Parts: sequence; C-alpha cells; structure tokens
Amino acid sequence: MTERTPGFATLAVHAGAQPDPTTGARATPIYQTTSFVFDDVDHAASLFGLQTFGNIYTRIGNPTNAVLEERVAALEGGTAGLAVASGHAAQVVVMHVLMKPGDEFVASKKLYGGSINQFNHSFKNFGWNVVWADPDDIGTFERGITPKTKAIFIESIANPGGVITDIEAISAIAKRAGVPLIVDNTLATPYLCKPIEHGADVVVHSLTKFLGGHGNSIGGLIVDAGTFNWSREGRYPMLSQPRPEYNGIVLHETFGNFAFAIACRVLSLRDMGPALSPFNAFLILTGIETLPLRMARHCENTQAVAEWLAKHRKVAWVSYPGLPGDRYHNLAKKYAPNGAGAVFTFGLKGGYETGVKLVSNVKLFSHLANIGDTRSLIIHPASTTHKQLSDEQKTQAGAGPDVVRVSIGIEDKADIIGDLDQALEAA
Amino acid sequence: MSHDSYPDAYIRGILNTVKTIAMVGISPKDNRPSYFAFKYLLDRGYNMIPVNPGQAGHEILGRKVYARLGDIPEPIDMVDVFRAAQYAPQIVAEALALKPRPQVIWMQLGVRNDEAAATAEAGGLKVVMNRCPKIEYGRLSSEISWMGVNSRTLTAKRANIFGRGVQRMSLARTTMTGGTTIDSAAAKSKGA
Ligand SMILES: Cc1ncc(COP(=O)(O)O)c(C=O)c1O
Repeated sequence: MTERTPGFATLAVHAGAQPDPTTGARATPIYQTTSFVFDDVDHAASLFGLQTFGNIYTRIGNPTNAVLEERVAALEGGTAGLAVASGHAAQVVVMHVLMKPGDEFVASKKLYGGSINQFNHSFKNFGWNVVWADPDDIGTFERGITPKTKAIFIESIANPGGVITDIEAISAIAKRAGVPLIVDNTLATPYLCKPIEHGADVVVHSLTKFLGGHGNSIGGLIVDAGTFNWSREGRYPMLSQPRPEYNGIVLHETFGNFAFAIACRVLSLRDMGPALSPFNAFLILTGIETLPLRMARHCENTQAVAEWLAKHRKVAWVSYPGLPGDRYHNLAKKYAPNGAGAVFTFGLKGGYETGVKLVSNVKLFSHLANIGDTRSLIIHPASTTHKQLSDEQKTQAGAGPDVVRVSIGIEDKADIIGDLDQALEAA
Repeated sequence: MSHDSYPDAYIRGILNTVKTIAMVGISPKDNRPSYFAFKYLLDRGYNMIPVNPGQAGHEILGRKVYARLGDIPEPIDMVDVFRAAQYAPQIVAEALALKPRPQVIWMQLGVRNDEAAATAEAGGLKVVMNRCPKIEYGRLSSEISWMGVNSRTLTAKRANIFGRGVQRMSLARTTMTGGTTIDSAAAKSKGA
C-alpha cells in the first residue's frame, strides 16, 4: 500500500490540528491558561524530567502554540517547531543554544535592518560576535569562517526585498565548515521557498508578516530541519553534553533528529522566557489556513505593480526579482519559482521630497513600518526608520533619499495601482 | 520491506499488536534514553522486560532484569534492541532460537543492521530499524504533537485519551493514509 503525502494547501489547513479530544471542538481552541494539572505525581516527575510528552506551563509549551509549531514545521518540511514571542525572539533563542561568549557567526549583510541592529549591538553584549558577509560575493562567507564560527545566518528573500540569496551555495560552505545554516524565511514563507530542501539546517520566521498575514499579531517560530549532527566534535555542548539542569541527560542522544527544537524549548525558551501568547498563536494559525491563496494573490499583484512602476516616468528604478531584467531574476526562478514575494523597493527621480509627498498622498496604502499584511503598505525609509542616519549611511543601508519600500496587499490590483498613480501624479 | 521509510499502518499495526516487549541493553540510569523509553512504554500498558547481563537479578522500574533473552520465562512479542548495530545479528539469533518466536525485532533510533534484518525477516519476523518505539507511539497517538514535533499525520478525527488522566493518548486514532515515517538522513543520502 502506498500512502499519500498531503499537499501544501492541505497541510496549511490541517497539519498539527485535530478535533479537541475532550470536547470535539473543531477549530483549534485557545488554551488560555498558564498551567496544566498533572495526572499524578509520577506523571509530573516524568514531565519535568523530559521522560514523557505533555504540558506543564505555558512558558515552556501550550497546546494552541503546539498546533502552530507542528503546522509550520510540516509546511517547511522540518522535524519540529518552536513558537516564540516574535521573530527577534526566535533569533535570540536559536543563538542562545549555539553560542558561547567569544563565539562567532557569519551573517549576510543583506538582512532586515532590525536583525542587523540585533546582531551588531544586543548580541555583542552576550559576547556573540557577528562577522558580516556579502551574498553578492559568496566567497566572503567562506572567508568569514574561523575556528570560533558556530553558524551562518541568511534571509532567503531579504527584507527590504529585491535580494534573493543563493541558499545552496552558502549551504555548501556551511557543510564544509561543519556549522548549521540558519535561514530566515519570513519574506518568502514556505509557499514560495522551502530552505530545508536547499540545505538549511534551521529555519526561523517572523510570523508577524505573511504567515500570520493579517497584521494583527507579533510572533516567531523556529523549525528544526533534523539534518545537522550536533554531536560531532562536541562544538554544541547544549546538545551533546549531559545537561546539569535535567539530571544529566544528553539532548541529542535522547531526542535524535528533533533535538535542536527541544533544546530551544527546554533550555533557551524556558530560561530566556519569550513565550508566545496562545491567543496570538490562534490568530496566526487562522491566517496560515489561507497562506497559499494569499501568497498567490500577493505575488500576482506585486508582479503587476512592479511592472507598472518600471514604466512610470517619475520612477528611476524598480528592484523586484520578478522583473526579467533584474539581477536576481535567475535566482528567483530557482528559489522562488511561484513568485518573488510581495515586498520590494523602488527609486523616485524626484528624490527625498517626492518620497515624502508620495507617502503623504496615498489613500489606500497605509504608511507604516510593517510588511506582510493583507493591506498594501508603504514607507519612505529616509524620512522615517532611517532618518537618524547620514545620507551616506542611508544609501549604504539601501535607504537612500529616493528609496520607497512597499508591501503589496491582496486588494484588487487596479485599486492598488490606481492609488499609486494618483499619489505619484500629485507628488 | 524497505527500511528507509515505513508506512504508518505498519508501525501502528506493530504497536497495536505486541503486548510483551523485551528491551535488550536497557540502562539502569534514569537519565538514559533506554530508561526513558522503557518507562514510557511501561506507562502505556506494555508488559516490559529488561534484559541486561550486568543488571541480571536486579530490578529496573520494578521489573526483574534478565541476562539474556533465553532466560525470560514467558513468551515475548517484540525485542527492542538498545545496543550498537554490531550486536544486532547475535540478538536476532537469540530471538530466533526462542520458542515461541517473537513477532518483531525493533532496532532503536540510530541502530541499523541490514544483515540482521534480513535474517530476522527470513525467519518470519517483522523488522523496524532506526526508530524509537516511544517516539513512534507519541507520533501516532498525537502526544508528541504537544512538543511541536512534526508527527507527519493528518486527521479530522478526534484523538482518544488513554484512560488514566488526560495527558496520555491512545493509539486508537484514525489518520488519513498520509504520513510515512521517513528517515530523513537516509532519504537524503540516497537523493544526493
Ligand atoms: C525578515 C525579518 N526577520 C525578522 C523580523 C523580526 O520579526 P519580529 O518583528 O516579529 O520580531 C522581521 C520584522 O520586520 C523581518 O522582516
């Protein structure tokens, strides 16, 4: 008998969820509780000792969050997931398992600006040292590796959009170095790109964006690909050494190919504390049910808007890999064949002043600092998120005075283009 | 039988039929994976028998330890091999010499010996390799989903509670014929 593997849309609706065993509730209930009663004393001891599966306290795990974890792990093709309070929390939790003070990791310099800040400043306070590499010059990743390197970190489609990273080339470097490749798959979502198929060992998400998709909840998620050998050379003692806080158990040997997700939960999340609210998990789960429909529409609209902007007389350039002449077009065809995402930047011939007018003139687009909403969003980084930087620094960060970033929603594309049209005319 | 991937129905069938399981190579230490698996399966109602020559005559979790399979005074349904792969042929030979023979040889996560498997299969036994019965039970009962693990199962049917408390689930659960227990490492090395 051959058994069917469910398709992506089926997983998006069902993976991880089943009718509630005690009430029959079909939608995933919001288990809005801090704690769970033990069946008996021995059961409690087994739970605390990681000898059995179950629920103790919502900082460590919650049944609503667990559905979300399994859902995203299934969509990504990983062995297990862990939900946390935000995308940034996911990055802290992952690095806390991998790094000790004085260790290094190599990261792409084309990342979400918040991640660049987190790595440059907050992580340095922990003694976790970032070494920047350039995804447009893959050799810089190889040259960034030292004996202290514990991981490589990239984004599949990089925020503010327009950059597609060559995951397989960087995975080959990670494998040679014997370190895990961590891929932030926030902008692509597993609908557009599955980094594990291209060699990622860990995938992280800001659920806040397209996975949740409705601009209503902050959340983050970690997926364990189950591919990395944590015990080789003893370089990852959180996984390969007896843990004093758990009676000397060795997590990798006990949990096999989902040990990394368990380490993130029982060491990192338990002790650092950024737990996701079950209410947020519920909203994000509801969002994920329509992920394939939304992403297809996001990409269709974005392609149309990018093509329209590229021909506009007030627009100097458009950076969207879905456009045939774009420098990342071939990488997009390989890694995101169903669409290059919904976030991109473009340049205005009129510079700073035109940018300010454009974001003031729009009526359908929302002027704000998020991406990945059903609604179309717009921001002029030079006058907002990057205002404090010098012009030179702005240009280096891809936030020059002429740059506008959009996240295209799922409204009617005629209305989206119509709004940009009137706003550009008046700018 | 391919040993890279098992249909869920095959694993579920085994875990639903066997009642007495001899675990060869169980550790008496309460922080070892074998101890965890033994305790978990005992708690799910299996008649667990520890086998470890170094511990013979002692008890583990209240169960008398035997030195070897041949010393066990009752019929056993399944042998769970918690030893390195090189010892599997000898354990299979001992299992085949038992009267009555067990129905299943199960080699733990990380343990795979194709030669021993072929011998056991030629003797009419079912074989599972490189899997953990605790993880498989947790996966097929849906308990493991509480840990965010991808159970690779899918269903619109309610899971069933085991009967003692509410945090133990039973194997009486219907799933879509969907998941196979893929050994991702093996699948990968083949694909590459
Ligand atoms: C690519 C990417 N990664 C991570 C984050 C951080 O996520 P969060 O805001 O959920 O902490 C963001 C947020 O904008 C992002 O765009």
